[in-house]
Amino acid sequence: MPFQKREFPNKFSTLSREEMLGLLRTMIRIRAFESRVEELFLNRKIPGFVHLYIGEEAIASGVMANLTKKDCITSTHRGHGHAIAKGAETNRMMAELFGRETGYCKGKGGSMHIADFAVGMLGANGVVGGGYNIAVGAGMSAMIKKTDDVAVCFFGDGASNRGTFHEGINLAALWKLPVIFVNENNQWASTTPTAAALSAAKVSDRAKGYGIEGYTVDGNNVIEVYNAAAALVEEARKGKGPTILECMTYRIKGHYVGDPEKYRTKEEVQKHFTENDPITRYVQYLKDKKLIDDAEVSAMNDEAAKEIATAEKFAEESPFPEPEDALNDLFSFSPSEFPEAVK
Amino acid sequence: MRTITFSQATLEAMQEEMRRDPTVFVYGEDIVRQGGIFGQFKGLPEEFGDRIRDVPISETMIVGAALGAALTGTRPVADMHFADFIGVAFDEVANQIAKNRYMFGGQANIPLVIRAPDGISKQAAAQHSQSVEGWLQNIPGLIIVSPSSPATAKGLLKSAIRQDDPVIFFEHKMLYPQKGPVPEEEYLTPIGKAEVRRQGKDLTIVTYSIMVQKCEEVAAELEKEGISVEIIDLLTLKPFDEETVLASVRKTHRCVVAHEAVMTGGLGAEIAARVQEHAFYHLDAPVLRVGAKNVPVPFSAVLENFVAANQGDIKRAVKKALYREE
Repeated sequence: MPFQKREFPNKFSTLSREEMLGLLRTMIRIRAFESRVEELFLNRKIPGFVHLYIGEEAIASGVMANLTKKDCITSTHRGHGHAIAKGAETNRMMAELFGRETGYCKGKGGSMHIADFAVGMLGANGVVGGGYNIAVGAGMSAMIKKTDDVAVCFFGDGASNRGTFHEGINLAALWKLPVIFVNENNQWASTTPTAAALSAAKVSDRAKGYGIEGYTVDGNNVIEVYNAAAALVEEARKGKGPTILECMTYRIKGHYVGDPEKYRTKEEVQKHFTENDPITRYVQYLKDKKLIDDAEVSAMNDEAAKEIATAEKFAEESPFPEPEDALNDLFSFSPSEFPEAVK
Repeated sequence: MRTITFSQATLEAMQEEMRRDPTVFVYGEDIVRQGGIFGQFKGLPEEFGDRIRDVPISETMIVGAALGAALTGTRPVADMHFADFIGVAFDEVANQIAKNRYMFGGQANIPLVIRAPDGISKQAAAQHSQSVEGWLQNIPGLIIVSPSSPATAKGLLKSAIRQDDPVIFFEHKMLYPQKGPVPEEEYLTPIGKAEVRRQGKDLTIVTYSIMVQKCEEVAAELEKEGISVEIIDLLTLKPFDEETVLASVRKTHRCVVAHEAVMTGGLGAEIAARVQEHAFYHLDAPVLRVGAKNVPVPFSAVLENFVAANQGDIKRAVKKALYREE
């Protein structure tokens, strides 16, 4: 697909080998987490709704490598990858998916509300398009507190049709807020293909309407994502305002785990996975450049598998919350201070 | 004590809190250039510069951005222009600000205030006259307050700004020009506490916002007829001060709930239910409600007056509860 591109400076080339491998490690850890979560869901160990990030790992990894812990992100219902890449612990993530007390949300959120505010991951959101304005608000805080923190709002192609897209980006553009709107165009909004819902040719085309810059990059090429995000984050930090970065990818798994996927063929999915898996592509790149060998890739996979097995054990061995805990965490005060508040 | 308007009282609250805490900021439609429809923001831009901003007509942004700001270390006050427009931002109110702390297991404080001028005023018709607390009272996670006077407006707004939870601040448009005594020294009106406006022994009226003064007028009239009415001004609508309400009903044995909002599915229904649940054997009469008829607020004064709850309705309800119907 021909993308209209800007030549972003190749900041990737300035990274150390360890940093380059770090991008791969993040992608592999996300893949390992998601693959195991899928199995656990199908084995009925994980309840609720689960949406997997498999095939889209290069976006979270490439963008987040440019952020500090003080920079905030807003995520989507497909948020596990964002959380891992932003620095959340897989132990507590898995515990949350298991509905345990030790989970990030103490069992109150589950997959669709995974979050780690301590590392600036302001939460997955069960409402599509719910994140734009939250990211805009984080940008307002940076303006009021005069920091150089940025906010990144991840959103899907489906979410780009929400009214919140317009209201949030318009204000961010008007006030030149430090927000990067990262679109993960995985070509499917549940069962609806992008073209059936998006009036523009590209999500990034919509940037014109706000007088800001919008770019489309190959979202399955972590180097391209990294370089684009590096430039846009840097510019936002310097007060140049918001941008839209559309990352073209493909949703390898169903909309949710258990999706019968009657709206597309297995061949279509397989073709994308075989030809365009972001991990395979990046491994190949690193091998070609003699930056990694098979043994190291295999060690990285083993390490990730071990981490996820540990997370699973942590989750399984963690206690469920007490039923009465359902009444906590609604307000800054406890129910015992004001019983009326939870009646 | 000096007297100032309700509008000035809210302005003082903003000034004091913005001086006290540099992370407090405020934005809304037409609050800088116009100073607010009711002048309630006049003078803030001169003192606070960029900490008061006009925003485009973008209600989902107004509410949603307040959440993002609150989560990242500031204390936003977002003005809705008219409470009716909360409807535009309903997801942000119901699914984002109200649920954020809970669904993420209490990870963050959410110190934000949504100011929402409400109520019937100047024949503004169906989409600019509503009292919409009924829309919101069903949503766990919101604190809803509604002052009835300049003094409570100032004290409650200051408390709301300092609260680490989302607070919806309903301010009745007809109250803005009204004057009342407001202490010069600093004070806070506590959230969650009702105030007994008038002591009485025959019947309790539970009310709030502009209806407090209407109930006071009726109570003064009824006193001449030998009827002693106690008036409770809720101030906080959610979570409301059940203890004060029940203590009063246990004393007077009769209860009327009065609000300007539509009666059906309103706060009055909730209060009536709680009273009968917890004080049934103290009651000498059914709990009665006074509220608007179940239609949108119409334009023509003849129609508007017919739909709105007025002093006559309050008086009739009180007499009915006392079995003294005329």
